Amino acid sequence: MSTAMAISNPTEDEWKQPSRGMVGMACLIAAESAIFVIFVVAYIFYTGKSLNGPTPREVLELPIFSTICLLSSSITVHFAVHDLRASRIGRFIAWLASTVLLGSIFIASTAAEWYKLIYHDGLTISTNLFGTTFYSLVGLHASHVIAGLIMLGLALILAILGKVNAHHAERLEVLSVYWHFVDAVWVVVFTVVYVLGR
Amino acid sequence: MATHTHAAAVAGLPQTMRRPGGILDVVQDWVTTVDHKKIGLMYIGYALIFLVVAGCEALLMRIQLAVPNNQFISPQAFNRLFTMHGTTMVFFVGMPILFGFGNYLIPLMIGARDMAFPRLNAFSFWVSAFGGVLLYFSYFAGSGLYGAGTAPDVGWFAYAPLTERVFSPGHSTDYWTLSILLSGIGSIGTALNIVATTLTMRCKGMKLSRMPLLVWLYLVTSCMVFVVVSPLTAAQIMLVIDRYLGGHFFDTQAGGSAVLWMHFFWIFGHPEVYILVLPAFAFANEIIPVFSRKAIFGYPAMVAATVGIGFISMGVWAHHMFTVGMGPDANAFFTFSTMVVAVPTGIKIFNWLATIWGGNIQFATPMMFSLGFLFQFLIAGLTGVMLAASPFDWQLGNSYFVVAHFHYVLVGAILFMIFAAFYYWYPKITGRMMSETLGKWHFWLFVIGFHMTFDFMHIPGLLGMPRRIYTYEADRGWGGWNMIVSIGALVQTVATLIFVYNLVRSYKKGEVAGPDPWDAWTLEWSTSSPPPSYNYAELPTVGSRRPLWDLKHPDDPDSNFE
Repeated sequence: MSTAMAISNPTEDEWKQPSRGMVGMACLIAAESAIFVIFVVAYIFYTGKSLNGPTPREVLELPIFSTICLLSSSITVHFAVHDLRASRIGRFIAWLASTVLLGSIFIASTAAEWYKLIYHDGLTISTNLFGTTFYSLVGLHASHVIAGLIMLGLALILAILGKVNAHHAERLEVLSVYWHFVDAVWVVVFTVVYVLGR
Repeated sequence: MATHTHAAAVAGLPQTMRRPGGILDVVQDWVTTVDHKKIGLMYIGYALIFLVVAGCEALLMRIQLAVPNNQFISPQAFNRLFTMHGTTMVFFVGMPILFGFGNYLIPLMIGARDMAFPRLNAFSFWVSAFGGVLLYFSYFAGSGLYGAGTAPDVGWFAYAPLTERVFSPGHSTDYWTLSILLSGIGSIGTALNIVATTLTMRCKGMKLSRMPLLVWLYLVTSCMVFVVVSPLTAAQIMLVIDRYLGGHFFDTQAGGSAVLWMHFFWIFGHPEVYILVLPAFAFANEIIPVFSRKAIFGYPAMVAATVGIGFISMGVWAHHMFTVGMGPDANAFFTFSTMVVAVPTGIKIFNWLATIWGGNIQFATPMMFSLGFLFQFLIAGLTGVMLAASPFDWQLGNSYFVVAHFHYVLVGAILFMIFAAFYYWYPKITGRMMSETLGKWHFWLFVIGFHMTFDFMHIPGLLGMPRRIYTYEADRGWGGWNMIVSIGALVQTVATLIFVYNLVRSYKKGEVAGPDPWDAWTLEWSTSSPPPSYNYAELPTVGSRRPLWDLKHPDDPDSNFE
């Protein structure tokens, strides 16, 4: 086996490249964003085109409380990463636990909203175009929240078992970037579905 | 090649559980491998199998169309054949073969030991592979396993509302949807891996401005995959919701829109052509300089043109929809943007010509295929500019002229460069040269067959022959042209058989290649042929775009000119 030892440049002692995890997550976010864009476009395109009721104005209520919960979980996860990096494990666990809690509140209120829509308002995915686009867009986002909650919950369990330390800060940061992305998508979904689409 | 111990370590199995040398041992080695070279080879092998399958489908269609009023194949079977041919060639030949070469070459070229995420790499391959299997399983299970199955027959772009449950009952369309969903997930995984590898795994001194152009082009292609394949995945999810949950995305009877599917599909479908052609350009960027004995002309312009193609190609999709009636503004926009793509593409062609110009040209088989590619890609681009003019497209949309145009790109440009890549990198992969004599036979027969088929296919298109018809009347005047086209397809088949024979024969009997048979300049030629597990015992350091030139010419290194 031979190796290439070509002329090396003395000025390049510092050879730094970006973190693998971060680049991978950025790519995943790019791909996921494209998926969300298509669903958002479909939602906007079909707004007001349903042939029968119920309409968004009749049945949708602004999910203010759950939105506040989800958005604040971005802040708590940020603090969690910060404390883990500084090896303050106790505070890290507290912040991570509150992130999981806030995310779970969001999912629970989505579930409550869907329950009301299905059983009281009679809106299902096959009722009309609004139902089709609403459940698929909000459901796509909710499935991303659930995926994030599973990963954060796993990190929380491992942290409680004492298996997480400052060396894992970068991995947790990659996960937190995903969580920020999920939150940012919710801002778009909220605006399109609950503000503009109503 | 990864060794026995490597795979065992990776699979985490104790050595005692493995009986060395047995067939099961080999199978386990390949199934559990996360080595980028083995995964690359599996991609290539799997694509070659599907190439033969989809090629046979093309041949059956050409036999059916060779003479008017032919009864060789029923209209139903014909619909399935063109659907399967198109879907297979794009998703299970084009994508995997290009990802295969990328997987094999990129870590070697940037001086890395593997991809950034080896397990994701294996996952992406297997998920794509199962997608292909699922597509063909529909032949047995398309009707749900009662009686005979049916393959999907909705066409490779599967326009709505034909794909809705009402019009496509049974499961054949579901197999189509799910196989493409899986292939999309695999493509996104591999693209993610390529971007992460390129950005984070380069050896010391391998600045972005020193990367081989092949790696640059794969980087751009992979970035396009995120933005382009994901919309298709989204559209397939919508179709599944329609078919299984009673949604109405593309259900025109409930207010859904068939045109929306067309937009979503072509937002994927057109840039997909560039995703397939950029790796072909990438091969040309490596092969043409080596056989012209000159450094590539206009490296920065090549990179800029590639990025330009990447961006512009995402704004041209609706030129597939001129006949829908989008109105003059949209038509004008998409005519313009489509013509603009020709500018960066033209820059590339001129750069390749300038690289050849004044060079000491060696007409080895890889170079022959590259020259064929240059000429044919130019013609394919010119008919592309013709079709970009929307009034012209109204006349010829959905005709054989369109079929001839895009096959000129897919076969005349992409397949030619894939053949060139095989002849060029086969010695690196196997340690043996492919036969030059058989290579020349392959090249000339394929050129003749290609031009018979695809030059003459334009003419029935101009005469009004629509695509996707299973037969035509004798008095149309298309019979003679179609006969020539079909004979050309047979000639191409013979040429391809010679190629396959060459591949197999050279593996045992080819001349021993040595590490650097072409006297090339990129890092992959610095390792042994085939490269060892983990590629480099000691990671290389580079000081210019042509590290092996520097090594071979210490008196006149490229790094002096940077």
